[in-house]
Amino acid sequence: MKRNLLLLLATLVLLVGVTNAGSPAPPATATVSGKVTYTGTPPKMKPIDMAKEPSCAKQHATPVTTENVMTGPENALEFVVVYISAGDTPGAAPTEVARYDQKGCQYIPHVLPMQVGQVLQIFNDDQTSHNIHPLAKVNPEWNKSQPAGSAPIDTKYDKPEFIPVKCNIHPWMHGYFVVLNTAHYSITGQDGSFSLKGLPPGKYTLTAWQEQYGTQTQEVTLAAGETKAVNFAFKALPY
Amino acid sequence: MTQKQMLVRLALIAAIPFLAGLPSAFAQESHVGNLTGHANEGKQLYRRYCIGCHGPEGDSNGENAPWIDPKPRDFTAATFKCRSTPTGTLPTDQDLYNAVQRGFVTTNMPSWNPLTPQQRVDLVAYVKTFSPRWKTEKPGTPINIPAETPVTIESILHGRELFQKMECWKCHGPSGHGDGPSAATLTDSKDNPIRPYNFSTGSRFKCGETNQDLYRIFMTGLDGTPMPSFADVIKPNDAWDLVHFLRTLQTLRTQEATLWKNYQAAHGAEIKPIGPDAGGGQ
Repeated sequence: MKRNLLLLLATLVLLVGVTNAGSPAPPATATVSGKVTYTGTPPKMKPIDMAKEPSCAKQHATPVTTENVMTGPENALEFVVVYISAGDTPGAAPTEVARYDQKGCQYIPHVLPMQVGQVLQIFNDDQTSHNIHPLAKVNPEWNKSQPAGSAPIDTKYDKPEFIPVKCNIHPWMHGYFVVLNTAHYSITGQDGSFSLKGLPPGKYTLTAWQEQYGTQTQEVTLAAGETKAVNFAFKALPY
Repeated sequence: MTQKQMLVRLALIAAIPFLAGLPSAFAQESHVGNLTGHANEGKQLYRRYCIGCHGPEGDSNGENAPWIDPKPRDFTAATFKCRSTPTGTLPTDQDLYNAVQRGFVTTNMPSWNPLTPQQRVDLVAYVKTFSPRWKTEKPGTPINIPAETPVTIESILHGRELFQKMECWKCHGPSGHGDGPSAATLTDSKDNPIRPYNFSTGSRFKCGETNQDLYRIFMTGLDGTPMPSFADVIKPNDAWDLVHFLRTLQTLRTQEATLWKNYQAAHGAEIKPIGPDAGGGQ
């Protein structure tokens, strides 16, 4: 009886091993790309008064604005993260460093997508102290001072999460770390376009995230080498 | 495979769930000195003493919470102000025990000294059951605090330079009254307004009253609040200089205050004011 049970277990283990190793990896050549737009009226971004921080104020000829809904020509939405939220196998973290800058009392880029476990390097390029305070809930929340001229902060996140980032000293500074469990993501530029390349054929859930308007998802099935166009449209409210 | 080998393997397989369960069993306990706290006992005490503010779920939604400012701690987030461990890490059992014993000055959290030490460790064990982080993570390694350097006027003056350079005054104000240019905009991690510490209000800080406590506060930061950690940017001995300067901001007759007063009397004209016009950070 015991022997039979063990045999069964062994066969199961073998089977799992064979199915994993047996099929050759399909070519990861499919692409999904498209454009993120808005319908309706987005809010006007407010100019930021940096008078309390002259060293930053003088870096901007015209006042910079808030960045929670950034738009481009032809109703394009900027800073939207489009990523594979289901159907993808997360690979190892890339060796490439995700770089986040504090420059002119702004976060550059405003939204920084990265992979779980990827090295994140945070720089202070300003002549003033910042405290970098990512308000993580799933990952540990920390808060570090980074005075002018100090070394970059090296860190990483172990769990996927959308993390708002703020500087308590300069309350207008807002940004996001978008920690993803996939290597396939893209962030829209001013033209609202995105492109996820190098996907193996398969069925995927594609998610678009905008900090104020939340997420939208679409199912997409890709054949080997196929290029598919998928567009997202967020309903914009003026407040 | 012999019968014996097979039995050994089966025993190992059977043991896996128990081995995997170990960390969670530890999470139900707390250890302070030679006391061991148990969550089951802590639960009874919690329901009697803590539930009113911290709530039945430990999520700071007790029935008194709406009328309390600053808000009670949300134990489900496992983010704690007073730690001996680096920012972003879990505190030690001793840290939590100290917080229960000490209470939090300028808040509604009283000192729970009337409880016995055993009761306090039991409470710590129960508080740790509210967040899954205690099952998957270990507390951080407490920061190293070197022996205090002598209190000299040079140390105080260097500490004062750091207070300017690290821009402590942006929140705490040039004279430590908690009235810096960024003070009015500060919020905690739940978006509730929060005040920076006013050094002129007394002898106690949120996380203790000794020089070591003060050292620990700014080196580890108060997680969940705007107060960041300076561990990466202030060297250990320089940190003692800052401690010595911070003591002069208090309205106490300390050794530091006396030294500073005498220096001010003799060199008043040479002292540059702290703030945006003093250079450093501009």
